[in-house]
Amino acid sequence: MEQDLSKVTPLVYESRIGVPYNWWAGQTASHFFETIAHDRKLAATKCGQCGKVFVPPRKTCPECFVDATEWINLSGTGTVVTFTVVSRKLAALGSRNPPVIFALIKPDGADTAMLHILGNIAPEKVHTGLAVKPVFVENPKGHITDISHFEPV
Amino acid sequence: MENIAIIGIGMIPIKANYKTHNFADMAWETVNAALKDAGITIKDVENVITTSNDFWDGRTISCMAVGDASGVREKNCSCVEGDGTFGAFYGMARILSGSYGTTLVTGHTKGSESISSLITNAAFDPIYERALGPDMISGCAMQARAYMERHGISSRQTALVSVKNHGNAKHNPYAQLPLDISVDDVLNSEMIADPLRKLDCSPVSDGCCAIILANEEKAKKLCQKPVWVKGAAFTSDAYFLGDRDLADPRSLAAAAKKAYAMAGITDPARQVDIAEVYDAFSYQELMWLEGLGICEPGKAAHQLEKGRFNVGGGLPVNASGGLLSGHPVIAAGLYRIAECVRQLRGEAGAVQKDGAKIAVAQGLNGVAGQSHCVWVLGADK
Repeated sequence: MEQDLSKVTPLVYESRIGVPYNWWAGQTASHFFETIAHDRKLAATKCGQCGKVFVPPRKTCPECFVDATEWINLSGTGTVVTFTVVSRKLAALGSRNPPVIFALIKPDGADTAMLHILGNIAPEKVHTGLAVKPVFVENPKGHITDISHFEPV
Repeated sequence: MENIAIIGIGMIPIKANYKTHNFADMAWETVNAALKDAGITIKDVENVITTSNDFWDGRTISCMAVGDASGVREKNCSCVEGDGTFGAFYGMARILSGSYGTTLVTGHTKGSESISSLITNAAFDPIYERALGPDMISGCAMQARAYMERHGISSRQTALVSVKNHGNAKHNPYAQLPLDISVDDVLNSEMIADPLRKLDCSPVSDGCCAIILANEEKAKKLCQKPVWVKGAAFTSDAYFLGDRDLADPRSLAAAAKKAYAMAGITDPARQVDIAEVYDAFSYQELMWLEGLGICEPGKAAHQLEKGRFNVGGGLPVNASGGLLSGHPVIAAGLYRIAECVRQLRGEAGAVQKDGAKIAVAQGLNGVAGQSHCVWVLGADK
């Protein structure tokens, strides 16, 4: 049944699924956020078997499939592995306005990179290999945004 | 692996916004098209796999929206949450189990009905990443940069993929965006997330596709022109983007290796006639061709420039127009399989690769291609 809809004002059913979630961070992530709050450091886990250092930290080593055995505190200073400058106001940005610079940052001492945002730098100045350090907020709440952003060393 | 065939395919045109169809309407048309193509009735379908994603649909147990339209009453129906290639893989596994002779596999989305950026943002870890605001585009933009810097690929080179695929779409009545564009058009389009410009990105789309799989006995009994599954495999990479080397499509390479081994393909660069790959973004076509072993790492751009992947070239890639010309997520991988089937049957019209015998279809799941599913299809058993 075909209809010409060009002259019709559609009746659109607007809906939204607003389901709240309360996630427990778990012991590993809790330790990560406590270390930011108390020590202004990034807590990483090291696998006793392969020696790999993971940030964000993991309870288990995903490669060896064993418990990660050791905590290591990193300063968080590291290098930009890759990045993007978002120019369009994508909905996921929420209250942030373009340009927003996402980066994968490999902290010195870690074998993985972590996702965060670069600040205090003009977008054109960002490059792979840029040395950056984390900037922590005054009043940490136990959230990834307790790291406000990473900026050039 | 025992012989499995694709005996029917059904597609509906990919559109920006299907105002006249809900999910069930889309499934009804696609399933009936596949049944007609196979020359069978819904009674010959022994079990059903639907592919859908609850978050995209805005409905939990999202397969139920298309259940009746897919003939699932009194049948075993299950849902795969992921790309259509994964749905088809499960559908095939059910036949290989010996429990069923035929499986109908469908896949649907209506990207128009919600906000893709918010949905893909939800794929990111809620404790460590989501609140920062990343989504599929920013995640893939980081991969694009990593890949292009690793191999010295320019935006002019990735733009060629967009030019080729939108141009191919002119010959595909199912494509959403047939366009006559130039490299400069791509480079002048709006920058979304550096280095991805608007014409480097697939659009938001609505679509639905269905395929019917059968074991050899049923294929012989029911089908005139079966297309054979020579190999199929899927492999995952790490979840956190920072755990991965984003420039290295290792999970795709692992899946391709397994699929080729099943198919007895030892030199894909020479033995594959045609490919439909997951070009959600222009750079991805190049990366995935390398992961598929059709080119050496970093070399796909050069081969593209030489015309190898054009219609009429040695190995046409995305002769259908690919996802750049219309990207209904979830259904996307089934469209890739269906387009390969058309080629292998000699039904691809203006973009037909003459004498195509071996085709590769690829689908992926997760941000920046975390997991990949590779299908090797053959015109002959």
